[in-house]
Amino acid sequence: MTSLPRAPATKKLGLVIDLDTCVGCHACALSCKEWNAGGVAGPLPDWDPYGADPEGVWFNRVHAFEAGDGADGRTVHFPRSCLHCDEPACVTVCPTGASYKRQEDGIVLVDEDLCIGCKLCSWACPYGAREYDHDAGVMKKCTLCIDRIYNTNLPEGERVPACVAACPTSARHFGDLGDPESPVARLVAERGGYDLLPEMDYRPVNKYLPPRLQRDDAARETGSAASPGTEPEPEGGGRFLRWLDATLSR
Amino acid sequence: MHPAYSVIFFTTASGMGYGLLILLGMLAQAEMLPANRLLGLVSLGIALTAVTFGLLSSMRHLGHPERVLHAYTQWRSSWLSREGVLATMTYVPAGLFAAGWVGFGDVGGIWRFCGFAAAVLAGFTVYSTGMIYATLRPIHAWCNQWVVPTYLSLALYTGALWLNAILLLFGHATGAAPLVVLLTLLSALYIKWRYWRFIDGTRAASTPETATGLGSIGNVRLLDPPPTQTTYVTREMGYRIARKHAATLRRHGYLLLFALPFVLTVAAVTTVSWMAACAAAAAALSGSVGVVVERWLFFAEAKHVVTLYHGAKAA
Repeated sequence: MTSLPRAPATKKLGLVIDLDTCVGCHACALSCKEWNAGGVAGPLPDWDPYGADPEGVWFNRVHAFEAGDGADGRTVHFPRSCLHCDEPACVTVCPTGASYKRQEDGIVLVDEDLCIGCKLCSWACPYGAREYDHDAGVMKKCTLCIDRIYNTNLPEGERVPACVAACPTSARHFGDLGDPESPVARLVAERGGYDLLPEMDYRPVNKYLPPRLQRDDAARETGSAASPGTEPEPEGGGRFLRWLDATLSR
Repeated sequence: MHPAYSVIFFTTASGMGYGLLILLGMLAQAEMLPANRLLGLVSLGIALTAVTFGLLSSMRHLGHPERVLHAYTQWRSSWLSREGVLATMTYVPAGLFAAGWVGFGDVGGIWRFCGFAAAVLAGFTVYSTGMIYATLRPIHAWCNQWVVPTYLSLALYTGALWLNAILLLFGHATGAAPLVVLLTLLSALYIKWRYWRFIDGTRAASTPETATGLGSIGNVRLLDPPPTQTTYVTREMGYRIARKHAATLRRHGYLLLFALPFVLTVAAVTTVSWMAACAAAAAALSGSVGVVVERWLFFAEAKHVVTLYHGAKAA
């Protein structure tokens, strides 16, 4: 049923992605592809995988953005996957009932046996979370690793999405964002986690944590006179002294 | 947005067919329809053939056309499902209308009511088609108040062009048909002009800053896309080929869709019968090509918010 659940449970499983600690290694994307190629949504096909123009279905992709200019500029690695929105238009536009939002935990899924491959859900998603499988003729998307998180064959510690398990810097957190006392919800509250494209009003469950202020910014915000950049740069002095100056200024 | 030919053919052909059906039903209601059975066969034949081929064409872009019956189930939430339900329902009164007109040579009584019912359902079908696009929030060029009027007015207008041509071919020169053509032409022209003015003069609220949430650091631009090659998302949603030709194509659209049919329709009113029929038929052909250009631009000019994640500065 593509109408949204009338009385959704308070449980909202989702991810919190820390843009401060993400190093853009793509391990989450690879791990996602690896798990889901054999999971409930598998196979995830690739076309021309070793040729000049390889292409395939991925549920998680890592972008790199530049924000700001000059010394204030940052490079931010930015993983992007389904946000399991509270108002997922990808679900309500579906004519067949293939797309649905689960009542019990809010996960947005596709029933591949009902999907007619009309692609309208991919048009309705502002986040580009849905990718079309030309081989199977159906739309595919992130399942929040539903075949891991409830999988009693796995040790309890491994019952998290593959992307979360793979992240070497712990930039990805999985949990119940509907419970304000959950570790992920507290993390969002502490770090000022935010929604992507809030003006779209899809009310995504997944949250992003902003990059922390750089040391320079932090010093400037607290008004510390000792912060580098406020003192005039020493002139001359050679490379060693400049290095010493920079080191001592930290 | 990627302009899929199957969807362009579907929306223009079925739009014309439904427009013609609406006008025929309305003429029957106004008791202005000649009970000529051959005229019924040709006019309803053209209308229902265009609708049917359009619907079949729209199924060509599906991954699983054999599962299409599932698409009747979600009419509570989905405009695409509603469109399917309404399109199918329209066949019932339209078929009865055709039975009365073509089978019994009668367009009055119960058949007249069937024609009216077919016209109403056809109108709602075109309305649903427009609403599919007008409710897609990630696409600024579609999610606005001009899209549903565009679909409705162009359906009526292209239907009126064919109605005028068919009536003249059958020697039923009336003052009403050319008048309907000119009225629907003017309303479609006004709506399309306002639509283009709207998409040229306004911008989506979303920016690379809102897409990433990094605006507090400074202006945001893409450094590295996830893959070096294209993806389904960049091809389907990031179609760019037409945009540099958009201005030229708009001029051709205006010319073929409005200017030429206007001149030819006026000429048809002022000339003798066989030349009038030829001029009206030429107007219908020109309008039909023009509406394909218009529909192609409707897709190709539309930018999707997801392109902000792939390097677009604005959506």
